Amino acid sequence: MNRFAELLDRLAYEPGRNNKLRLMTAYFRETPDPDRGYALAALTGALSFKHAKSGLVRDLIATRADPVLFALSYDYVGDLSETVALMWPQQHPTDASSVLPAVRGSGTEKAKETGHVRHWPSPTLTDVVTTLRTLGKAELPAQLARWLDQLDETGRWALLKLVTGAMRIGVSARLAKTAVAALGSRDAHDVELIWPGLAPPYPDLFAWLEGRGDRPVNRAPAPFRPVMLAHAIEDADFARLDAADFTAEWKWDGIRVQAVSGRDAHGNVETRLYSRTGEDITRSFPDLLPSLRREGSVEGRLNDSRESVGAFRQQAFAIDGELLVVRDGRVQSFNVLQQRLNRKAVTPRLMKEFPVHLRAYDLLADGDNDLRELPFEDRRRRLVDFIAALDDPRIDLSPQVSFATWSDLAAIRADPAEAGADADAVEGVMLKRRDAPYMPGRPKGLWWKWKRDPHVIDAVLMYAQRGHGRRSSYYSDYTFGVWTAGEEGERLVPVGKAYFGFTDEELLRIDRFVRRNTTESFGPVRHVLHEPDQGLVLEIAFEGLQRSARHKSGVAMRFPRINRLRWDKPPREADRLETLERMLASEATRSNGR
Amino acid sequence: MRPQDILMPDAAGLYCKPGGFHIDPVRPVDRAIVTHGHSDHARPGHGAVLATPETLDIMRLRYGDDFAGSAQAISYGQEIRLGDVAIMFHPAGHVLGSAQIAVTHGGVRIVVSGDYKDAGDPTCTPFEIVPCDVFITEATFGLPVFSHGDAALETAKLLASVVLFPERAHLVGAYSLGKAQRVIALAREAGYDAPIYLHGAMEKVTQYYQSRGIALGDLRPARGMKKADLAGTITLAPPSATADVWTRRFPDPVRAFASGWMRVRARARQRGVELPLVISDHADWNGLTRTIAATGAGEIWVTHGQEDALVHWCRAQGLAARPLALVGYGDEDGEQDAVPFSGGEDGS
Repeated sequence: MNRFAELLDRLAYEPGRNNKLRLMTAYFRETPDPDRGYALAALTGALSFKHAKSGLVRDLIATRADPVLFALSYDYVGDLSETVALMWPQQHPTDASSVLPAVRGSGTEKAKETGHVRHWPSPTLTDVVTTLRTLGKAELPAQLARWLDQLDETGRWALLKLVTGAMRIGVSARLAKTAVAALGSRDAHDVELIWPGLAPPYPDLFAWLEGRGDRPVNRAPAPFRPVMLAHAIEDADFARLDAADFTAEWKWDGIRVQAVSGRDAHGNVETRLYSRTGEDITRSFPDLLPSLRREGSVEGRLNDSRESVGAFRQQAFAIDGELLVVRDGRVQSFNVLQQRLNRKAVTPRLMKEFPVHLRAYDLLADGDNDLRELPFEDRRRRLVDFIAALDDPRIDLSPQVSFATWSDLAAIRADPAEAGADADAVEGVMLKRRDAPYMPGRPKGLWWKWKRDPHVIDAVLMYAQRGHGRRSSYYSDYTFGVWTAGEEGERLVPVGKAYFGFTDEELLRIDRFVRRNTTESFGPVRHVLHEPDQGLVLEIAFEGLQRSARHKSGVAMRFPRINRLRWDKPPREADRLETLERMLASEATRSNGR
Repeated sequence: MRPQDILMPDAAGLYCKPGGFHIDPVRPVDRAIVTHGHSDHARPGHGAVLATPETLDIMRLRYGDDFAGSAQAISYGQEIRLGDVAIMFHPAGHVLGSAQIAVTHGGVRIVVSGDYKDAGDPTCTPFEIVPCDVFITEATFGLPVFSHGDAALETAKLLASVVLFPERAHLVGAYSLGKAQRVIALAREAGYDAPIYLHGAMEKVTQYYQSRGIALGDLRPARGMKKADLAGTITLAPPSATADVWTRRFPDPVRAFASGWMRVRARARQRGVELPLVISDHADWNGLTRTIAATGAGEIWVTHGQEDALVHWCRAQGLAARPLALVGYGDEDGEQDAVPFSGGEDGS
């Protein structure tokens, strides 16, 4: 656990990507199986311990610390594991020699020699992982407390990060895979391709990377493939890009999904629907499954010799697409789709009122063929054939938008009427390089998203709360409001909260402003001065508006963020609730198609 | 006599009506008592200032000879009467010349601690417990997550890193007044006798420390040094400078920062610190609670910092406690020094 804790600690302080990679690769090289495999699992988020929830950690600290002091400390530190690690009463005196070598900087071999020295037993990473897997819920608290007593502050922190699954050390799964791939001078893409069939502690992966074994084969019948994402395009990018290299599609305002089907070792068909993060959401959309599962139709199609090959092939496929609600042939806005999401029970009524639909963007696998290395144009051709053969009303093809120049496309994007009645569900256009393979993550320059211009209003900062993670201890969560006529004249009514959209430098300035202009504090919430002539105006950008009974103002914004700080603008010049009401009315008109 | 009739906050700071003076006022007043030389506590433009000789010297260094209408020096343990109010200064252990102010009136003694620490510091007079009825404490590190540990171990961490990376320069962010000199003294105590380099903004105040008999060894300006010659060396600089273009003159610098905030990872990360050194000139949570108990005060007023937790703790101990809303004081590491020492500024 100590070596792993040291790695996490150093990663947490290391800002540079290359140095992070060096630290991780060195760790994977120097640490034996199975510890390094479990470390890789931890870094890629592949471990989860169902009983070890943050609530349990809170209960544990409650047995050792005053609850009020804990709450205040947590509010300040902004990270549960770190708060508990810092507050946990030390059981053993730390050996002085263990403090000295904790040098943080870029990796060197020396750090290993000077690892922590202890005079009492502390668990290995493998001990922790294997114990947690088998331990019953009832025994867990006592075991965790024992480990916390055995470890020092860094060890406690790493243990809690591990068991609660919230690492937040600035390492993405992709970066960890890049680091492990470097063991065999390969890149992350090679690891991503076989990743879905692997399981911790990945002995076959390490064996392959170190030249001791064959390339592992992906054996999951319907595995998730890591999703390819787009960069937001900016005006300056167009100058460097040739319109002829790209195709364009509408960017649909639904949720990105992957529909996968395959046969297991017994020949049974398995069909799954995954979110863009790989979460299995099959059960939330039972109404889409018959369209993806073709068992019933195989026999019938076998009679048609031309179709038969396609019918077999359909048993294994992976479609990348957008989940949308379609009523009367028209795609509904995200607001409508949202009512279908996060429901505990999927009732027949819900399925009838919000019929879901898959709009296909890409074909990643067809039968036994992994298509991801093919150029987009080739994949698209196969997708067109595939969707045609599927011939199901719930699954269709994302249409392409033809254009010759960037200015053509700009005009189309500004007026998506070309998409007909579905224009309300279009949030922009997607640009895809014709020759781009399907690469997991957000590779540079292959896919671009070009969103429609967001809505913008000026609002006044009213309340602030401290943020979490990297922003802990800074006031970085802002509630903002707009003017409305009240009984005693003009007053501000809160209309939303924003957490991002500003630079670190701007954050420091706002944080300082909040600290110096707090009029009252209620627990963690600071009331910030907001008078007609004193206060801070925030330009807020957002994607959409809807009616909300939960908000005092009666409106809720979608995806609000801070567009600009208007230090120059007095609060009295900020927008009014009526402006939002008008926007709401025009949104409603748009989504009703009137 | 109710304590709030002796000392109450007003717009300028903590005001003593019966004595007619403010303590650490944040805007110009007629008569000011100043606890120590940090710029948020010691501001220019007052009519008259009463402070320790060191604090007055530091104000003079920072603001020039005309920093106040008049200045009066007072030593630790010396009593002065202002009206019916008796004033006595006691060491606060925060920085050179820092003092707690005991204000006694009508049989009630209030101690204004200013900023303080009960941990050892080779560069200033050790903190002293002053028994009192009301203790006004700071709360910069007033949360149980703050435990500063042993500054000697943190110093050893720095020195080990210098050995480990002989090809790199070590840049230690440290507040110009107090922290910088303490880090140097700690390094000397640990046996580090190589030259230590200084950013221009801390030369003057460090020379002042030396002139007061504090041994800091061989100190040199970083200015004018060849890049290659700075490999394997330690340079002290104001925290803001360690993230500045100024650092380009150093070979692959390891950015260290000496501050109590370094106990919290997010704080270190926010500043891009690679080598956090938990060295603070403020009392940590145990220091604060230990001190509060030792003063024997029945009533505790808690000011600048994390007031809520300390007030809660006091109440749980059966002590009357309340937060005292004083504005304008920062922790010196949290923000850049509003008023740097002039001269020798090496901002390029």
